[in-house]
Amino acid sequence: MTTLQLDAEALYVELREGLRGLLRPESVLVGTWSGGAWLAERLHADLQRPGKPGVISSTLHRDDFGSRGLASGSDATSLPFAIDGAHIMLIDDVLYTGRTVRAVINELFDFGRPASVQLAVLVDRGGRELPIAAVFAASRIVLPASQKLTLARVDDGRFSFAVRTQS
Amino acid sequence: MLHRRNPQLNANGELIHLLSIEGLPQAVLTQILDTASTFLSVNDREVKKVPLLRGKSVFNLFFENSTRTRTTFEIAAKRLSADVINLDIAKSSASKGESLLDTIANLSAMHADMFVVRHSESGAPHLIAQHCAPHVHVVNAGDGRHAHPTQGLLDMYTIRHFKRDFTQLSVAVVGDIVHSRVARSDIHGLSILGVPDIRAVGPKTLVPSDLREMGVRVCHDMAEGIRGADVIIMLRLQNERMSGALLPSASEFYKSYGLTPHKLALASPDAIVMHPGPINRGVEIDSTVADGRQSVILPQVTFGIAVRMAVMSTIAGNAA
Repeated sequence: MTTLQLDAEALYVELREGLRGLLRPESVLVGTWSGGAWLAERLHADLQRPGKPGVISSTLHRDDFGSRGLASGSDATSLPFAIDGAHIMLIDDVLYTGRTVRAVINELFDFGRPASVQLAVLVDRGGRELPIAAVFAASRIVLPASQKLTLARVDDGRFSFAVRTQS
Repeated sequence: MLHRRNPQLNANGELIHLLSIEGLPQAVLTQILDTASTFLSVNDREVKKVPLLRGKSVFNLFFENSTRTRTTFEIAAKRLSADVINLDIAKSSASKGESLLDTIANLSAMHADMFVVRHSESGAPHLIAQHCAPHVHVVNAGDGRHAHPTQGLLDMYTIRHFKRDFTQLSVAVVGDIVHSRVARSDIHGLSILGVPDIRAVGPKTLVPSDLREMGVRVCHDMAEGIRGADVIIMLRLQNERMSGALLPSASEFYKSYGLTPHKLALASPDAIVMHPGPINRGVEIDSTVADGRQSVILPQVTFGIAVRMAVMSTIAGNAA
């Protein structure tokens, strides 16, 4: 068990306010499936962005396919805008090794050549294995590798964090 | 007593070979269909290729000719970034007297990662799966009269795409059922996915009566067989069957079982018409129907690529 307390709702407000100063008028939000997509959806509404946010899946570009296989087919990428020339703000719940972000950037480039790609996250938990950094993190913590941090969304749309210790 | 595991599944119940739809859990089928919809959208991308099988070698072993099926597997493997090697075995080693398992041993020594096998003998892909190295995966691309599981899965994908829910459907499979591995795979797929009304329609000589044991309604009258059906799967009448005593003539068959607009009117008004191809116009299906608004024969071909990508990537990602 853990005593770590992360108030996901408070961190969400930090992320939202942090993004206000970072987004260009023409920026588009793209959330990483699934936690990042929930965040992007709510940020998109709260920040009154035009159009629709995008959802992106890392499945088809993961580097652990050989050992993990395909995840369920429910996490399809949906990018309802042109990628060529777009300023993209990737949104994710937890930034850890950086491998998901690497896969997601490859996925993004299958749809075109963006003008820029940045990353904003709710929690940066350290432990990077690739040279990837977030332009904004609402919180920076250090967790042992045995602990898995995942965002959950309850029925009324509010967020909470679950920390599980893996055996 | 030893419980014999389905040879297509590993100890965790994950698919490692695709030999037959028969005996697969519904969840495995549903996962392949879900994965296929992800791959269908890859066609809309600027880069129509994903790197899941990068660095893997897929050997297409066609002991029996089938340019179309081989091509769809080749396209699917290439869209997954695999290296594809096509071997026209009918014209090479087998004709020099090499045994099937010797051929496989030789190709394995060339570091194959996956065999896609078409063979005129039922059970050949199964035999290969039992004897190949543990990291090698086998896909049955049609064996004898036994099974054609990727065709069965793409038919299930097509039905789900147009009809959404399997549990309310009436599906008629029409034609030469006794010689058809497609019919067998379709019937297994439909029954695993919960279709309550499956009908096998055709002359007595071409419909095995033991299908009743699988919960299939056998109909020798076309009108009865397709009345109210939501899905009609027409099978190709193989020309070689017409020379024997099984059928009087192609025109006779067309008169009784060929799908004409008149007969199609008996089915549900929004019924879809399917066919595994290649079609014989004027034998099992009228041109007006094959090209008509209810025909989904060409979408089947498009879905077939995505379904084969789903099968290959699913099995390649699961360790024996």
